[in-house]
Amino acid sequence: MAALGVALVGLPLLGLVIRTPWSRAGEVLASETALTALRLSLVVATAAAAISFVTGFPLAWALARGSFRGKALVRALVVLPLVMPPVVAGVGLLAAFGRRGVLGSWLYEWFEVQIVFTTWAAVLAATFVSFPLAVLALEAGLRGLDERLEDAASTLGASRWYVLRRVTFPLMAPQIAAALVLSWARALGEFGATITFAGNLQGRTQTLPLAVFERLQTDPDAAFAISMLLIAVAFAVILALRGRFLR
Amino acid sequence: MTLAIDVVVRREDLSVRAAFDAERGETLALLGPNGSGKSTLVGAIAGLVPLSEGLVELEGTVLDDAMRETHEPPERRPIGVVFQDLLLFPHLSALENVAFPLRARGVPTPEARDRARRLLERLEVDARAHAKPRELSGGEAQRVALARALVPEPTLLLLDEPLSALDAGARPRIRDLLRRELRAFDGVRILVTHDPVEASSLADRLVILEQGEVTQIGTPEEVRTAPRTRYAADLVGVNAFVGRLEPLEEGAGRLVTGEGEIVVPWPEWDVVGDVIGIVRPADITLWLQRPAGSARNVNRGPITSVTVEGDRARVRIASDPPLVAEVTVGSLERLGLHDGVDVWTSFKAVEVELSPA
Repeated sequence: MAALGVALVGLPLLGLVIRTPWSRAGEVLASETALTALRLSLVVATAAAAISFVTGFPLAWALARGSFRGKALVRALVVLPLVMPPVVAGVGLLAAFGRRGVLGSWLYEWFEVQIVFTTWAAVLAATFVSFPLAVLALEAGLRGLDERLEDAASTLGASRWYVLRRVTFPLMAPQIAAALVLSWARALGEFGATITFAGNLQGRTQTLPLAVFERLQTDPDAAFAISMLLIAVAFAVILALRGRFLR
Repeated sequence: MTLAIDVVVRREDLSVRAAFDAERGETLALLGPNGSGKSTLVGAIAGLVPLSEGLVELEGTVLDDAMRETHEPPERRPIGVVFQDLLLFPHLSALENVAFPLRARGVPTPEARDRARRLLERLEVDARAHAKPRELSGGEAQRVALARALVPEPTLLLLDEPLSALDAGARPRIRDLLRRELRAFDGVRILVTHDPVEASSLADRLVILEQGEVTQIGTPEEVRTAPRTRYAADLVGVNAFVGRLEPLEEGAGRLVTGEGEIVVPWPEWDVVGDVIGIVRPADITLWLQRPAGSARNVNRGPITSVTVEGDRARVRIASDPPLVAEVTVGSLERLGLHDGVDVWTSFKAVEVELSPA
C-alpha cells in the first residue's frame, strides 16, 4: 500500500520528466510569453507574501496573545481559505471587489478604480489563499516565544518598536522565514481564484499556472516545460524548509 | 525619600499589598516564602504589572498612580532589573546583551559596545564577551545580567533572587561580587530573596512579605531580636508561638496556640487580640527524664532532626507545641540525642518575650 502511495505521487512526476521536451525546454522558457508570465508570477507571489506578512503579523499577534470575544471564530475565518475551493475564493473576491461588488462598486463610483482584470486582482487572489499559511506560521512563532524576554527588553529601555525589531523578530526568524516561503510558494501556484477573479490576460494577470493551462491546449510541450519549472521551485521550497520547519 | 511605594496589586490567585520607602545608598531585602508576592511586587515597581491601587514614586517622579491613571511604561523608568531566571537574550552575545540598553536609548553602537565591554571587565567576564548566553556558566550569566541592568545607570536596581539559580559552589563568589557592586551602586537597591542569610548579609533593612502582606520592616538585627511572625522567627532560627493569651494566675498567663500551649509572664501592656511569644533555642534545656525544678514549661516529644553548626547543634522536637532547641555538641553526645529519641524539654516562663502579634 505504501508503494502504491509513492506511485500515486511519483508517477505524475515521472510522466512530466519523460514528456518534457528537454531539447526545446530552454527555448520554450525563454519565449516572450513564458518570460512575461514568469516575471508576473514573481511579482505577484512576492507582493502576496509581503502583504500576507505585514497584515498577518498583527492578526497572528492578536490570536496568540490577545483575549477577545469571537477569537475562535476569527481563527476559523482565517484558515477558511486553506480548505475553500480556490474558484469559490475567486467568486467571493468578485462579489466583494468586482465592478458590482460590495466594495468594488463603491471604489468604482468614487475613485473610478477597478480592480478586476488588473495585476492588483492577481495579487489580491494570491494573497487571499496564501494569507492563512502566513498567519498560522507567525502565530506558532509568537506562541513559542518567551514573552518575558520582551518584558525584560522594555525594562532595559527598549520602545515597543525596538523590542519588535531586536528581540521579537530575531527570535522568531525561523517562523517568519516559514511564513514568507510558504505563502510565497502558495501564491506562486495559485490558479482557481486568479483565473476567476483576475482573468487570464497576458502580461497583466497571466501567471505561470495560467500560462500552463493555456499552453496545454495549443502547445503541450511548452506546458510541460513550464510545469517542470514550477516543480523545480516547489523542490527548492521543500529543501529550504527541510530540517528547520519540517521533520 | 528616594523611593516610595504604597501599592495594591490584585491578581487572580493573590492580592499583594505593600508600603515602604527606601533611600539612595540603601539596600532593601524583600524577604518572603515562595508565592508570597515578591515577584509580583518587582513587576509592579518595574511597570510590567499594573497597580490596582496606590502609588510608586521615585526621586520625586510619580511612576504609577492608580487613582490618576498615571503609568510610566517600563522603558521610561530609571529602573534596572535582574530577573530571577536572568532572561538574557539568547540570540545576542554577552557583549550585545549588555550594549542593548544603551543602543535602545540611541547611544551609537561603537560607544555602546565600548561601555558594555568596560562593565564586563569590571565584573570579570570580559573574556566571555562573545559567548552566547547558553554557552555561559551560571555565574558568568549572572554577571552579564547584572552588567546589563547596571549599564544604563538606573536610579533603582531590582535584583530578583540573584543567587537562586546558582549552584552552591558559585554562590559565595557571586555573593561577594554582589556585595561589592551593591555598595558601589549609588541608587536604591532592592534585593528579592527567600534566603535569610543572603538578606542579612547584603541588606540594610528587611521587608518581610507573607501571603501578599508586609508583616515586618526592620534592620536584620531588629528582625533577629524581635521577629513579628512565625515565618520571621523561623527565618532567624527562634521559636515563635502565636495565639490567644489567657490569664492563669497573678503575673502569669497561658498562651494558647493551635499546636499546644505555654506558660508566659503576664505582659505589662494591655492585651488586645493575638500575641506572639519568642523563645530562643539556647534557652531550652533537653532531658532524658522528666526534669525536676522550677521551669514552668515542660514538654515531651520525639526528636525529628539534628543539625550541627560548628560546636552547636539545633534539635527539632515534635512536642506540643513543636520546639527548636540549641545544645552544645558535647551534650548532644553525652545525652545520645538523635532522630527518634524521646526527650523532655524545659524552659522558664520568663524566657518568653511577648509582643502583640
